[in-house]
Amino acid sequence: MSNLIVSYAPHIRSAKSTKQLMADVIIALIPALVASVYFFGLPALVHTVVCVLSCVFFEWIWERAFKLPSTIGDLSAIITGILVAFNMPVSAPYWLGITGSAFAIIVVKMFFGGLGSNFVNPALAGRAFMLLCWPVLMTKWTVPDFTMSFVTDAVSTATPLGVLAESGQMPYSYLSLFLGNIGGCIGEVSALAILIGFVYLLIRKVITWRIPVIYVLTVFVLTEILGGDGLYYILSGGLMLGAVFMATDYVTSPMSATGHIIYAVGLGVLTVVIRMFGSLPEGVSYSILLMNIVTPLIDTYTKNRIYGKPKTGGKSHE
Amino acid sequence: MRLKTFKGGIHPNDSKELTKNVPVVPHIPTETIIIPMRQHIGAPCEPVVQIGDEVLMGQKIGDSEAFVSAPVHSSVSGTVVDIKMYPHPGGGESKCVVIQNDFNDTLYPDIKPWNLDVSSKNIKNFVANIQSKEIVDKVREAGIVGMGGAAFPLHVKLTPPKDNPIDTVILNGAECEPYLTSDHRAMLENPLQIVIGSLLIKKAVGASRIVIAIENNKPDAIKVLQEVSSDFEEVEIGILKTKYPQGSEKQIINAVTGRQVPSGGLPSAVGVLVSNVDTASSVAKAVVMNLPLIERNVTVSGDAVMNPSNFKVRTGVTFASLFEAAGGFKVEPKKIIMGGPMMGIPQVTLNVPVIKGVSGVLAFSEPETFGKEEGICIKCGKCVDACPMRLMPNALSMFAENSDVEKLKKYHVLDCMECGSCSFICPQRRFMVQHIKKAKALVKNS
Ligand code: SF4
Ligand code: SF4
Repeated sequence: MSNLIVSYAPHIRSAKSTKQLMADVIIALIPALVASVYFFGLPALVHTVVCVLSCVFFEWIWERAFKLPSTIGDLSAIITGILVAFNMPVSAPYWLGITGSAFAIIVVKMFFGGLGSNFVNPALAGRAFMLLCWPVLMTKWTVPDFTMSFVTDAVSTATPLGVLAESGQMPYSYLSLFLGNIGGCIGEVSALAILIGFVYLLIRKVITWRIPVIYVLTVFVLTEILGGDGLYYILSGGLMLGAVFMATDYVTSPMSATGHIIYAVGLGVLTVVIRMFGSLPEGVSYSILLMNIVTPLIDTYTKNRIYGKPKTGGKSHE
Repeated sequence: MRLKTFKGGIHPNDSKELTKNVPVVPHIPTETIIIPMRQHIGAPCEPVVQIGDEVLMGQKIGDSEAFVSAPVHSSVSGTVVDIKMYPHPGGGESKCVVIQNDFNDTLYPDIKPWNLDVSSKNIKNFVANIQSKEIVDKVREAGIVGMGGAAFPLHVKLTPPKDNPIDTVILNGAECEPYLTSDHRAMLENPLQIVIGSLLIKKAVGASRIVIAIENNKPDAIKVLQEVSSDFEEVEIGILKTKYPQGSEKQIINAVTGRQVPSGGLPSAVGVLVSNVDTASSVAKAVVMNLPLIERNVTVSGDAVMNPSNFKVRTGVTFASLFEAAGGFKVEPKKIIMGGPMMGIPQVTLNVPVIKGVSGVLAFSEPETFGKEEGICIKCGKCVDACPMRLMPNALSMFAENSDVEKLKKYHVLDCMECGSCSFICPQRRFMVQHIKKAKALVKNS
């Protein structure tokens, strides 16, 4: 027994490593993936696979090129890949996903030092980049069709929010919105599938309820106050997907509970402002990107009150 | 009933089922007994015996002039065969008195058998008639220290500064460290001694209220103590939420009284004294029997141990003899820890003696989920949520890596109590406590 290990306490660790947490996020994304294949056909799956492979590849090649230890084992690139695909219309060409993935991984994530050092969510930045460079390709919506073919007929349709912004009409029923039988990006259409993933993340304690619930509630209440249809707003567009899977990104969201609340309310307000007063029909991705940028500031002003340090100068007990 | 708790904390798997139903059995002291002169916080003792002296069980063999110190006693009768430096379970070496056990356990003549009739009326009389000073003196002479692990001399706590009167005595029965069950067994097996001890402590400091605080994962102990203490109005049982580090002094004070000890201050600053439950029963024995602290409950557990057990152990026997008594190892241990897995101290050898603060010795075959490498912080905020001192461990560990003393001070690094909650929870397996320990040294030396 000459070689006893001596290392610092604690001598036990929680079961949840980054890899396990990320694996749980991937599992939570599966219902939305299944729904997208159901509504948009196999191309939805192909898009997702292409983006996942691209993201993993770009991370791997970057780390190889710069002789860095490989981090693809933490699975975060897979999530970025899925989310890049989920944020594209199914009619987009496959090279678009590859380009978006390259931007997300190389420019937004690896350039700043990899997972943990990026200051905005890579997948959303990838989406913003694609939207900026190829606006037409990124906004060509198709009617969900139920043929399992690899080629999607690009029968143009409009997203619920697009129609609302243009004509003030609400063409879809709440039920269609909830189930996902609507136009939109690959992963965002089915609120039901996303909520199943949300419940799973809560059960596995990967995230807390705060950011998604407060974000969605803020959008609902504010829309109602401003005279809109709150329920229609929260069920359409990328709100559910953004609130559950992108606003909650560890790296780019605040750390304390108070921080979560400020961040989520900020998200809600920005989203409604962009949707109602901006020229864009959709506001989720830009809201999240903007709030990502102010996250360090929120963290600075929402530190926990340290034990034994009274709020004001007075005595700390009673 | 509302559970008492604090903010932050974590929920490790408690692994107590290994030993919580195993009654305490006496561990047979070995032939050679090694008594360190340093078994407490404060000044180490100097031997008051010489090589060749005959000593009796319970006889004082080391003492110090310093106020913050506690005398040490022989745990067996026999002959002093050596006085030398010897490896210490707390790290490094300490001067030790080595005694050859004669296996007669001849008691030091001052020590009396337990002669207190345990009817509640009689106990109340006994406590009413004893002077505070006598309690404090007996506690000091018996060398009683905090047995929860910190080993702070109890007579010092019993003599709080005049301007900080104590109103509440908290008996700490939280035992929040995984694996350990020595306090749990003490509460089940000696509840009355614990209650008597708490009454004596309360008398010594002139407090008005006693709260015996127990985590709700020990319903049997809660029930037993509720029954035993029902005749004593001043004793209440506080039920704590099971959460680590519920048993940490500052957290248990917050949970029970709602008060917060000011940064850098002592519990007496908020009128509270916290003592471990097993310490309280030692107080009862010291006052009633003049019995010094020479034996205590120790949990021997961990996945490498054949028969995980709870033993009544004399101070000065080696860790090796405890594992032997527990049936040896079923697989080769890779890591030996004194105390619990969250804050315990890893050992380089099994040939270190049991001292007053040893609540458990653990042997692990696989250093459970240790990463050899740490990742970079992904700002998940889990450590911020977990820190019971409400610090920002992520920021502290980063400043520590950059040796940024100014920032470390600004973020109150010295308030960290090294509970390990942040390291435990970090998904990137960062070595938080290790970084923070370094940072503290840096700040102290700056
Ligand atoms: S070790 Fe220190 S910083 Fe980490 S959780 Fe405990 S008190 Fe907080
Ligand atoms: S738990 Fe680890 S990864 Fe998460 S914020 Fe703290 S240090 Fe960073």
